[in-house]
Amino acid sequence: MGIRGMKAEDIALIFDTTDRFKALLQNRLKKVATLRDITIANIFFENSTRTRVSFELAQKRLSADVVNFSASSSSVSKGETLIDTVKNILSMKVDMVVMRHPVPGACVFLSRHIDATIINAGDGAHEHPTQALLDAYSIREKFGDVAGRKIAIVGDILHSRVALSNILCLKLLGAEVMVCGPATLIPRHIRSLGVLVEHDLQRALAWADAVNMLRIQLERQDIRYFPSLREYSMNFGLTRQRLEAAGKELVIMHPGPINRGVEISSEVADSPQSIILDQVENGVAVRMAVLYLLAQKRSIQHGSNA
Amino acid sequence: MEPRLLLAHRQISLIIRKFAFQLLEQYPDLSNTAIIGLQPRGVLLSRLIMEELRSLSGQQSPLYGELDTTLFRDDYGRGELHIPKANRIEFSTEGRQVVLVDDVLYTGRSVRAALDALLHHGRPAKVNLMVLVDRRYNRELPIAADYSGVVVDTRARQEIVKVEWTPNDYKVWIRQP
Repeated sequence: MGIRGMKAEDIALIFDTTDRFKALLQNRLKKVATLRDITIANIFFENSTRTRVSFELAQKRLSADVVNFSASSSSVSKGETLIDTVKNILSMKVDMVVMRHPVPGACVFLSRHIDATIINAGDGAHEHPTQALLDAYSIREKFGDVAGRKIAIVGDILHSRVALSNILCLKLLGAEVMVCGPATLIPRHIRSLGVLVEHDLQRALAWADAVNMLRIQLERQDIRYFPSLREYSMNFGLTRQRLEAAGKELVIMHPGPINRGVEISSEVADSPQSIILDQVENGVAVRMAVLYLLAQKRSIQHGSNA
Repeated sequence: MEPRLLLAHRQISLIIRKFAFQLLEQYPDLSNTAIIGLQPRGVLLSRLIMEELRSLSGQQSPLYGELDTTLFRDDYGRGELHIPKANRIEFSTEGRQVVLVDDVLYTGRSVRAALDALLHHGRPAKVNLMVLVDRRYNRELPIAADYSGVVVDTRARQEIVKVEWTPNDYKVWIRQP
């Protein structure tokens, strides 16, 4: 559903399980039969490439049966409600639903009405828990531990579900978190989450061990929050010059999709300090761990041996 | 029933020694052999066997790995939550002589899962099974040990075999569940 409500030991369990799946993915034979009696529906009411492919690969490597469903090609465009859509899919004996929806809280709403395990693959500007888990996992992999590390999240904090889930997850694991961006893109009450706020990228870079660059979510911006993308890029774009001025080995992260030349320059995105592609690789292993643990819990509760 | 001591520390040390000699006898140069301990409890035995082999054979020691079978168990979603353990096999088992090591052979289900898990690392030329305790008459699958420390006849649901790996004080007990 979200990082909110999770405990640090839940995350530790997911990470330990992820280690195992990451090792498995290094083998020539990457597939296990563990979820062969589980059917999963991926329901995406919003566009996604990386998350959907990542979930689908994770499901296929666990041998689950998978159906994909996106809003543009479905009866949703004919006026069906969310509950009806999902109930119809579940009546075809689907055990788990992975859902992305533009409305915050859509997953929680759905879980009150149907009996299926639901995984939130992003609900509006609210949460994107598996992204936060894979980001934190990548940080753990790079530094050995998340606790005590300083992570700066830069960009469109206001419209970003990645930012909120990341803040909650990193704080839970004992990291220090700073958000950085133009004042118009930083929510007013963000400090209540225990994060630092900075409006100068260079100062944020000087403070941080790792920096997570977010995309400007133009599709969620109903009014203008800054004069132009060019001006945003001048002030908040991560370039080689800025990194050199910081004078240290910062770890560069980005949840994708990258807008090269806007929030991050090509040079930086492709540099050895960047772990952007490691994040993508870890995404599959993290999602395998989440699916493996949740499907197991579900089977135990439902008595699959009966 | 009081717990009964099946094997004391000295006997277990001797069995580990015996295993090392048996391996050297069967695979004189060890170069194409891989010793693989099964997680979680087989690895304690396999590490001790490796130590013994190194002290006996000097330079020549076989490849060594530790195999996690959690993802290959046949009881997923039944009973308790199974959490995967570390899997450390940094070589291909293709064409090698593999010796699987576990502490107790009971129903045979862990070994079946291990055979499945092993396939992810290549196709071994041969697989042998080495166990400290073989609980005869309790098998649920057609699986047998090639090397065993001790063979015991126990009643399936009335007794359990407990192996303790306290450093320098290994013991095997038979007691009630």
